Amino acid sequence: MSFAVQKYRGLAKAIGACVLCGLAALGFYAFLGITAQPTNAIPAFARKYGLPCSACHTAWPELNSFGQTFRDNGYQLNNDHDSPIYQQPSYFPITFRITPQWHRESTNNQPIDSIPGDASSALKQGTITSHGFDLSGLDIWTAGTLFKNISFSLLPSSNPSAGFHFENAYVRFDNLLNSRWLNLKVGKFELDNLISEKRFLFLSANGGLYQSYHFVPVGDTNTFGLGNNALGAELMGHSANSYTRYSVALLSGNDGGVGLPTSRSYDTYVTFSQAFAVGKIGLQRFGGYAYLGMRPTIPLTSTAVVGTAPGTTSVIPGAAYGNKSFYRVGFAGDMNVGKFEFLPFYMHGYDSVFLGTGTPANQALPAGAMAPTWNGGFVETHYHVNPQFVLVQRDEVIRMSRQALPGNAPNLGNIDAYSVGYRWYPIMFSRAGLAFHNEYSLTRTQGNTPLSGTGIGVFDPTAAVWSNSVLAGFDLDF
Amino acid sequence: MRLKNCIIVGAASLAFGATATFAQQSHIGTLEGRAAKGKVLYARYCIGCHGVRGDGEGENAPYVNPTYPKPRDFTMGLFKCRSTPSGSIPLESDLFNTISRGVHGTAMPSWLPLTPQDRADLIAYVMTFSSRFKEEKADPPVQIPPETPDTAESIARGKETFEKLKCAECHGPEGRGNGPSAPSLRDSKGNPIVPYDFTSGARFKCGETNEDLYRIFMTGLDGTPMPSYIDYLKPDQAWDLVHFLRTLQVNYKKRKTIQAKSAPSKKDQSTEPELKPVATPEPKN
Repeated sequence: MSFAVQKYRGLAKAIGACVLCGLAALGFYAFLGITAQPTNAIPAFARKYGLPCSACHTAWPELNSFGQTFRDNGYQLNNDHDSPIYQQPSYFPITFRITPQWHRESTNNQPIDSIPGDASSALKQGTITSHGFDLSGLDIWTAGTLFKNISFSLLPSSNPSAGFHFENAYVRFDNLLNSRWLNLKVGKFELDNLISEKRFLFLSANGGLYQSYHFVPVGDTNTFGLGNNALGAELMGHSANSYTRYSVALLSGNDGGVGLPTSRSYDTYVTFSQAFAVGKIGLQRFGGYAYLGMRPTIPLTSTAVVGTAPGTTSVIPGAAYGNKSFYRVGFAGDMNVGKFEFLPFYMHGYDSVFLGTGTPANQALPAGAMAPTWNGGFVETHYHVNPQFVLVQRDEVIRMSRQALPGNAPNLGNIDAYSVGYRWYPIMFSRAGLAFHNEYSLTRTQGNTPLSGTGIGVFDPTAAVWSNSVLAGFDLDF
Repeated sequence: MRLKNCIIVGAASLAFGATATFAQQSHIGTLEGRAAKGKVLYARYCIGCHGVRGDGEGENAPYVNPTYPKPRDFTMGLFKCRSTPSGSIPLESDLFNTISRGVHGTAMPSWLPLTPQDRADLIAYVMTFSSRFKEEKADPPVQIPPETPDTAESIARGKETFEKLKCAECHGPEGRGNGPSAPSLRDSKGNPIVPYDFTSGARFKCGETNEDLYRIFMTGLDGTPMPSYIDYLKPDQAWDLVHFLRTLQVNYKKRKTIQAKSAPSKKDQSTEPELKPVATPEPKN
């Protein structure tokens, strides 16, 4: 009897310890957090069609095959009732998304004043750490159909201080000539990446972007990012189940900026992917992409711009020249094995030597300069425990294969990044969604200011800069 | 003795498990669907409308567009889209086709983007909601004979059949779904249900080919007021009715094109060419 009592007391203690540890962990995680970039999920569609979030999303905002097909169809189920005329007059397809959060940022190898506030004091190497409660930006997104086979999207998105920009704004003409292989989109939109950065499952400052999608070598003046939304026109097509997809886009060479801020060049982006249903294993998708672009190296200037002091040199917007080329090519995949989902990605990057060295095309190149090239990629893993809980992690590397300047260290600019986290969706139904998001991300940048996080520079260019983020927040979507 | 009991209990459990497993499988062609897998998929895709218990009482069911039928109650074992006669449970391939195609004019979309294996798994789980699938065997499918020529005479005969069978009572004289009985129609659960409006498109709830249309009124749509006419129509009459009903579909372009090409010319009114059977239309979306 006494043995049994002891046994149960021991069990109770163990359970109590577990509960305390769990509460402590929850409490700890509840005090962790970071800034989110705009990402996409649209409860307005769930409300329109009466489907739960999980019908279109593996874990929102990431799309599953049904959601991908719905999107490819121009946000239509093709039931002949997609046109707004069939909706309740009061229905308004609008979605709000924001993430109240707590986050912590820390970056080492940073140049800070030896004596704070004293500009004459020498710089010293230090680690900058900050943390606190915060807000992400706000997405106010409306999207849907204007008429049967004419769809649209408008996403004014703010930074945490409510400074708005248009993340996307386009009209899409679907099923041209009664063919799903011809759909034309015009405006500002996300590039047709097989692995979307706008609908992924990471929110922290270091994990909330794919390094590969935004990387440029040290000293490079190219501003291109594969993850940036672009302005232009896109022709895309797909099979009935979207297992086969292609897209061809003609894009302004200004990286999505409005107001023709750079040059008169156009870029091209081509993608193709094919999915295969592999028996009981699941759906496997593989695809390739190629982005070919040009960027100006010589700004057109004038010293006689009205409204400026005589002799002041002013850059004339949208009229730069001396365009030099760059490209990004690679492949990606979306592989499913039961509850596991693997997202492999590879990119080879090339920038013209003029872009790589920041040299105007009408000037001589530095001695020994060469066009920089690099390889990057990641493998992202999701484990979908159930539609309301997902574990995520990502390993990413970028390696320079050729530096622009002979004096650069071979590994200058190399990046290693790692993220791990989970999302729990206590509310997921056909009206709204709420997710608890917890994530830890770490980056290591060789001799350069980190691409992500809150680093301000680099103190010792021969050493790596480590930057890490911890985030815990409530991702709400209505 | 204890070991012996354990063996007996274990063997019984295994036998029961095997039986239960067998009952919770679907077989569509070479695919073998598993209810356990289907349950996970059901929770992801279907539960919002069809509910946890498969009774059509999902959280969103009360808010389905009022012009749509309510979500299907799987526990009743009644399914609209079948190849089997009225009153029979459907073939598993019928359910597979319904999930793949969707039910046009309702909130049920096409789940073609799901892999065939996923759809087979879903069917295995859906069948667990009704005991009919354990207790009954599906009747043989209704045979569909080759289509008769689609001529003006066939259409005229089809119109006569349409009137004789009083189809207009529900579907209206122009097939708009606005017949005098339409407002009072109820489905098997007493929910209001709207007759099909032929002018709304070229697709039907259970398909889009002429064979599908033939099958619909020969099998009826169980769980709805649409009866089976297999005892009232000979195959030729049924095809005539198909040809007439197609004339009500203003968006059925293939049909109109064939009619236009086949219309007798003014200089040769006496030798009206025989129309060819209508080809299966290419799915548009």
